[in-house]
Amino acid sequence: MRYLPHTPEEISEMLAVVGADSLEALFAPVPADCRPTGSWHLPLPLSEWQLDDHLAGLAATMGTGPRTRVLVGAGSYRHHIPETVRTLASRSEFLTAYTPYQPEISQGTLQGIFEYQTLTARLLGMDVVNASMYDGATALAEALLMGLRINRKRTRVAVSRAVHPNYRAVVESYLRPTGFTVEDLEFGPDGRTDVSALSGRDDLAAVALQSPNFFGVIEDLDAANAAIHATGSLAVAAFTEPLAFGLLKNPGVCGADIACGEGQSFGIAPSFGGPGLGMFGCRKEHMRSLPGRLVGETRDLEGRRGYVLTLATREQHIRREKATSNICSNQGLCALTAAMYLASLGGTGLRRLARLNHDKAHYLRQVLVDAGARLPFTGPVFNEFVAEFPHDFAPVRDRLLARGIVAGLELGAFYPELAGRYLFCVTETIEKKDMDAVAAEVRA
Amino acid sequence: MKELDELHLPDDIRYTDEHEWARITGDIARIGVSDYAQDQLGDIVFVELPAVGDTIARGEVFGTLESVKAVSELYLPLSGEVVAVNTALTDAPELINQDPYAAWIIEVRPTDAGEYDQLLTAAAYLDLLRG
Amino acid sequence: MNEQPGASGLILNEPLLWERGSKGRTGMSIPASDVPAADIDPALVGAEVDFPDLSEVDVVRHYTRLSQWNYSVDSGLYPLGSCTMKYNPRTNERQAATPALAAAHPMLADELGQGALRLLFELQGMLARITGLDAVSLQPAAGAHGELTGMLIFHACHRHRGSQRHKILIPDTAHGTNPASAALCGFRAVAVPSDERGMLDPATVAALMDEDTAGIMVTNPNTLGLFEERIREVADVVHARGGLVYGDGANMNAVLGVMDARRCGIDVLHLNLHKTFATPHGGGGPGAGPVCVTRELEPFLPVPRVVRVGDSFRLDADRPLSVGRIHAFHGNFGVLVRAYSYILTMGETGLRRASELAVLNANYLKERLKSVLHLPYDRPCMHECVFSDEKQQAHKITTLDMAKRLIDYGFHPPTIYFPLVVHGAMMIEPTETECKADLDQFVAALTAIAREAETEPELLRQAPQRARVRRLDEVQAARNPCLVGPSAGR
Repeated sequence: MRYLPHTPEEISEMLAVVGADSLEALFAPVPADCRPTGSWHLPLPLSEWQLDDHLAGLAATMGTGPRTRVLVGAGSYRHHIPETVRTLASRSEFLTAYTPYQPEISQGTLQGIFEYQTLTARLLGMDVVNASMYDGATALAEALLMGLRINRKRTRVAVSRAVHPNYRAVVESYLRPTGFTVEDLEFGPDGRTDVSALSGRDDLAAVALQSPNFFGVIEDLDAANAAIHATGSLAVAAFTEPLAFGLLKNPGVCGADIACGEGQSFGIAPSFGGPGLGMFGCRKEHMRSLPGRLVGETRDLEGRRGYVLTLATREQHIRREKATSNICSNQGLCALTAAMYLASLGGTGLRRLARLNHDKAHYLRQVLVDAGARLPFTGPVFNEFVAEFPHDFAPVRDRLLARGIVAGLELGAFYPELAGRYLFCVTETIEKKDMDAVAAEVRA
Repeated sequence: MKELDELHLPDDIRYTDEHEWARITGDIARIGVSDYAQDQLGDIVFVELPAVGDTIARGEVFGTLESVKAVSELYLPLSGEVVAVNTALTDAPELINQDPYAAWIIEVRPTDAGEYDQLLTAAAYLDLLRG
Repeated sequence: MNEQPGASGLILNEPLLWERGSKGRTGMSIPASDVPAADIDPALVGAEVDFPDLSEVDVVRHYTRLSQWNYSVDSGLYPLGSCTMKYNPRTNERQAATPALAAAHPMLADELGQGALRLLFELQGMLARITGLDAVSLQPAAGAHGELTGMLIFHACHRHRGSQRHKILIPDTAHGTNPASAALCGFRAVAVPSDERGMLDPATVAALMDEDTAGIMVTNPNTLGLFEERIREVADVVHARGGLVYGDGANMNAVLGVMDARRCGIDVLHLNLHKTFATPHGGGGPGAGPVCVTRELEPFLPVPRVVRVGDSFRLDADRPLSVGRIHAFHGNFGVLVRAYSYILTMGETGLRRASELAVLNANYLKERLKSVLHLPYDRPCMHECVFSDEKQQAHKITTLDMAKRLIDYGFHPPTIYFPLVVHGAMMIEPTETECKADLDQFVAALTAIAREAETEPELLRQAPQRARVRRLDEVQAARNPCLVGPSAGR
């Protein structure tokens, strides 16, 4: 077996040094009644070439492939990923290294993550960004827990119903055993969260909106955060498509205290939903309540600039039950990948790509409206929007699927009141001719 | 790490078995940590202070000291109301390492002056460290 | 030192990203627009983000140079105790990059995702059989996330039984994530002291166990590298008072084919796929921490569950007792593909063999090093062994000094200062993918370092001498945190 280097001679020599008769004898401390009673009935080991065939067989049964035009976002976005990002992220020294606890021999990872923290802080308008959480959903749950830690006397939080339904589900799972309460904020006909329900409240530790929200609508974050602050709560701004901040005002400049969300758009393959990248940042005054790892800049004993994990006393391995989170392994390589992507995109490229997404989504929205579709929400959008159709869209969608186009996500399963409406996403991967084809099918 | 006979333990103040010290002047008690505490903790990087006006009971946690790799809770030797915190420690926590007796941490107005006499003298504290 | 891997060589400096570049450079191919520009309300538009503009060559050079500053499993022995730094097979990377899987959207209809769903279903089944437990959720994205899920299951189960409990028993040798995960669920951690042999004593557990205790979290083998020989008795004690047993499977690499978690009395077990199942650590993640449970606890597993209906696979969220969703989608799918590929490559014989050789390697190192370093528990170990710096204290040399000097010899240091019950702990886990010759080289290095500790201790205190940076000032980093590059204003 090519991963196990021991020869029978080596095993014998080593057993002699250890003073054991056999490999089996090494397990003498394990009582018989702790042992498995039979075979696991796993398949026989596959050669490398059989493994290739096996995975190819699974891939062949997928209903979509890399050539499919997927007009769905909803928290997982198809963007072009440069080959350089793939190659650089798969370098052994990044891929097979551990958490950088020995900084002298981990400066590649440490500087890489420091750069990620910096780029993400600039993108989100936050003072401090951590080295990643698992995904946007758990990042939101941790943001609310952080708000409850900071606003210790309060036990309630509010989350907009326009936040991704899976994110809200994760928040509920995290908060259920704690005794803290989560309440909903409704959205209005413009597709934006109605914050008027907050007026006069003084019992909320934190309030979370997502922008652009699940419907693709850009929230009025300035007004919302002002209303949230008026109640003495922390303002949490969630997101699933951070490319939006290449064009739109970022959460920090709109007054958010914590910005958290999903970074998968930045060079990470959709990969059936994982691994993703939980991005998490906050204002300077909350730095010591931040969950997750942090990389900081320092000097070595010869005055050279270098990087180390820092403020570790917040974390589980030191603070144990009083830690700001239990997180240990994070999504480190995904954070590094995102930095590589943003480095390749550049500031000028970021603006251009964001505009392109915006323009393309608006083109599809327009040609669908011209073909008879209606827009249930009036609010402004970035690269996603909701549409409804005069006739049953399901057969149209099926015809488009047969032509290799996934046209939108039906919302009824998540919002019963929005049954029959479809959430569309358009990124730079979609060409005008695909959008014209969709409109033509709607018209037919 | 210092040897026990290298520790500086002034004998005009009192100590606790959690390595804090207290000095009473008038109706105010100044609280800090002993030379043993700062030596054991190593370079202090952060001091978490209570708020002025907080009322804390003897034995309760009133703050924390952090080094790079450890956190140490601070236990109040004398019940009382916090009347001052040493804000210099926010920017320069290393003052505690440099002189743990000059770098007081908080001042309280004790509610029961008798509690002071129950604290350890320098000699009793040294015995505790030896034992 | 000449036979040791550590050497001097030309390593290139590389500035920060924003210290490179020139406005207008681009490193990515952005398609030209084929649609009209759409209006946008200027009140929504933000300032241009202050990112550097870099060419593709800038980016390639930058990250190539950075990568060369890292030590990795591919570079050499990485004996971090409790981390299982085994070789990460390259074919698994190829499998995870299979185009139709890598491009798959997680929220489309089940019919469109059959290949992915089948993979998840099969992996669930394999992990269940490997652990002896009955049902598996692959959603947790890391070991700590699995622990949290386990604590959520404990909470939900007790609530369902109508008995709300507030405490969890946690051994003093436990990893920090254990009490942190328990606390996230509102449980209070009660420490269980290990006995003089470094193990759990059922009598100690019995004295602490009561009807307000939800259960116990056990790591087996424990963090001292020892098999908890009385785990069944401990489980019986906890079960007798209505509690549950959580197994932290971080050290599973020692006992594949040797420990049946269910027979040990474990009700919920998490696995670390980035340890035992060879998925790469990536400099901190992503990993995966699936949870495996008994039939009785299956109703509480996170949703959606991956189930088989006839010939096809479905996501099923209709589980009223479930703790709910704990990840936005299905967990770290790309990591799961790698673990699946690893299990299919190793098969049952390969996995059992891996544990045998991991334990052989650790015992071999223990025997060869025990004259060099103090061994607090001189008994057969499992896949890792723990030493202390007691012998070197006479020369005022610490575990830290020895670790830094190992870097000069060309090795990643072992885990240091954990577990806390051993003074100056040095926890060494070679894993099964290291050959005898490399282990012998490591022994020679530590032996030489122990000699240097006696005769030339300054070499250790000044170490590492050969690394690109030396003894970084962690005190300054914590006192004056600088967590982002210079700001250009918001």
